[in-house]
Amino acid sequence: MAERLKPVNVVTVGVGMTGAIMGKELAAAGLKVVGIERGPARDTVPNFQSPAIHDELRFAIRKALMQDNVKETVTVRNSSDQTALPMRRWIGFLPGTGLGGALVHWNGQTYRFQPADFIYKTHLEERYGRNFIDAELTVQDWGVSYDELEPHYDRFEYLCGTSGKAGNLKGRIQPGGNPFEGPRSREYPTPPMKEPYYGALFRKGAERLGYHPFPQPASTLSQPYTNPEGLTLQQCVFCGFCERFACEHFAKASPQTIVLPAALKNPNYELRTNCQVLRVNLDSTGKTATGVTYADAAGQEFEQPADIVLITAYALNNVRLLLNSGIGKPYDPSTAEGVVGRNYAYQTVSSATIFYDTDVKVNPFMASGASGTVIDDFSGDNFDHGPHKFIGGAYVGAIMTGGRPIEFHPTPPGTPAWGLGWKEAVARHYNHTVVLTVHGASHPSRRNYLDLDPTYKDAWGLPLLRMTFDFPDNDIRMSSYVTEKAAEIGRAMGGKIVAAAPRRGPYTTTAYQTTHNTGGAVMGNDPKTSVLNRYLQSWDVSNVFVVGASAFAHNATYNPTNTVGALTYWALDAIKNRYLKSPGPLVNT
Amino acid sequence: MTDLSRRAVMKATGAVGASMLPIGFAPDESSAQEPRNTPAAPSTSGAPQPNSQVQSAPYLFLNSEEAAFIEAAVARLIPADDRWPGALEAGVPNYIDKQLNGAWGTGERLYRSGPWQAGTPSQGYQLPFTPAELFRNAIAAINGEFKGRTPFAKMSAEEQDAYLRGLEAGGKDLGGVPSNVFFSELWESTVEGFFSDPVYGGNRNMIAWRMIGFPGAYASYYDIVHQHGISIDRAPLSLAEDVHGHVHMDPAIPAHLP
Repeated sequence: MAERLKPVNVVTVGVGMTGAIMGKELAAAGLKVVGIERGPARDTVPNFQSPAIHDELRFAIRKALMQDNVKETVTVRNSSDQTALPMRRWIGFLPGTGLGGALVHWNGQTYRFQPADFIYKTHLEERYGRNFIDAELTVQDWGVSYDELEPHYDRFEYLCGTSGKAGNLKGRIQPGGNPFEGPRSREYPTPPMKEPYYGALFRKGAERLGYHPFPQPASTLSQPYTNPEGLTLQQCVFCGFCERFACEHFAKASPQTIVLPAALKNPNYELRTNCQVLRVNLDSTGKTATGVTYADAAGQEFEQPADIVLITAYALNNVRLLLNSGIGKPYDPSTAEGVVGRNYAYQTVSSATIFYDTDVKVNPFMASGASGTVIDDFSGDNFDHGPHKFIGGAYVGAIMTGGRPIEFHPTPPGTPAWGLGWKEAVARHYNHTVVLTVHGASHPSRRNYLDLDPTYKDAWGLPLLRMTFDFPDNDIRMSSYVTEKAAEIGRAMGGKIVAAAPRRGPYTTTAYQTTHNTGGAVMGNDPKTSVLNRYLQSWDVSNVFVVGASAFAHNATYNPTNTVGALTYWALDAIKNRYLKSPGPLVNT
Repeated sequence: MTDLSRRAVMKATGAVGASMLPIGFAPDESSAQEPRNTPAAPSTSGAPQPNSQVQSAPYLFLNSEEAAFIEAAVARLIPADDRWPGALEAGVPNYIDKQLNGAWGTGERLYRSGPWQAGTPSQGYQLPFTPAELFRNAIAAINGEFKGRTPFAKMSAEEQDAYLRGLEAGGKDLGGVPSNVFFSELWESTVEGFFSDPVYGGNRNMIAWRMIGFPGAYASYYDIVHQHGISIDRAPLSLAEDVHGHVHMDPAIPAHLP
């Protein structure tokens, strides 16, 4: 029998970026907040320090900062006529765990989505007509506009200290920035990072073809910065250990560097680590949450009553907790009814690899996870899709993240897979190769969804999440088109060999692509096609808010973190200024 | 963060220098692209002998028959040539032995609940074996195959390559392990042992890093990242050398400890 604890006002399930921001702000508003984190407590000092943190084998290959598959994983299949099987190790994507969540091991790429992304269906139908979109795609509007989110994007970027160059200030295009971006209310908090050689090579090639290169917005900072919480970040030193690693230098925005210390100073805020939330508890009506039940590190169960439950875990775990708690109607692909698990999307990532002569010394290890140069000319709806018969796009850029050799030892097509020929090619090409990333949108499809696995369980005996996913044909066509554009840039960059690798199906878990899993608990204006209203509040249980990329109605061109941050502040604003004054549904059905 | 700048810390601590270098890591003046401990030209007709000079650390997991196979196999997967040592000389068998004997070998971070069934290629590894079980079963089956014949380790390099290609192609059962799955685990482990930090027992003398020009565990390139195309001619650094916490590649800080 679970021990019942003293009630509090707010529980956050998970203390990563969203949970830390919510917890800090609501504690500051005078509420008693408990942050429940399944993983361990950890901090820049002493946990993330050198030399141990620069260990590629431990962190990048053995994935020391990621969710422990022994306890909890995801089952996966390409289509609903297959049997889903567990991802026994993380390879294809890497859910994090522990205090600070994925923002501890991210790269720091900090993009905004475009204004058109939030009114996606309306926009595409206006520009291309009603029959342009493939019938299987369930694209829809988000229920929130770019203009509504802009102040929250701004706030999140100023929390992180993001380094970049504005391309559009209040509608005026700025030289050096991204001319395609939505209007910003002000410049980035810090100037762009230094441009590494691979970025400069890309810039030249892209300019030669008439494109518009700009420095990738980076939350690995170009200079020291003190954020509005009074926390100081340091200058990034380009050590090349961001993605899958934690930053030892206080140079990368993470909950530990941007917000947690402020939360932990407040006596209204209590953190409980190594505690696994098992379910959100509902009252007898099923319309109100009474709190959560969790198991501590020793397996002891506790019931934590709360007035408000904020589900602030990783996107996939948000969806699983809703399903395991019976909140919202699960999506059924055979009838296309139900919402929880619907509109799951991923990211359509591909590459073009450029092999140079040995006189071009790229030094790929001098990098941050977010340094580099990109173009937005083929992102979103920045080009006319009419002739191409697909929707969506991709940014293209040289954003090599560190040249760590177990992961990175490129060889040109035709190289033997092992043996002397392989070895000679690795030695020849390691320092003379630039990889262009093609980072593309992922569109929800009727047949792609998340639900509970009927067979496989976690360490606490609860069903694992089951993922049914394959790339929609639209996204394969998009990837093919933009990857060829990347290859053209590669040739303009002076590469001797350019190897384009557009994304092909079927989706596989056996090669890393990205950890940008989105959707499954999407926001919107219609309870028939969304789990949450436009304030990220559950339509069914009004004292539950679900914060994360799980709310994305589709996954746009870009890395999701900045949009998750903006949505966090957007929902927070609604909770603080509206919900607390009058608890209940913020949107009437 | 203290007020003391990181750079000042570097300057202060850089002085501990050589006295803290672990035994076996003498300061090295050779350049990144210069091979060191170049072995004798590799044999192309005869197999490398299980080599007690190369394999100085004792095996903790592998028995002698397993070790003979692993040593011979990795010597073909990444062979020595006249410029650079191969996986055998880099200590990859020692790396694999320590990994199989440790947490990874016993199934750390591996979801191990049934039911077990073969999946599609997209679904990845679906066998009940831990890495240690997988290597043990597969190598026992391989060595069993050669009973009464010339063992793998004594075959010619050409014959060894042909046999490994057969494993790679799949279709053969090795004690419950499909041969292509074993090959791929062996290959991944070999690459890991070749390129991982020497603290794990492979990449001896950071030879793989010297070969490609990866500088290792330096903590900062801030002052040179904008010097496009420069040659990094300093020897690489292992985690083990970074004993005082940080080794910054700053012009003012000697990368080679005094």
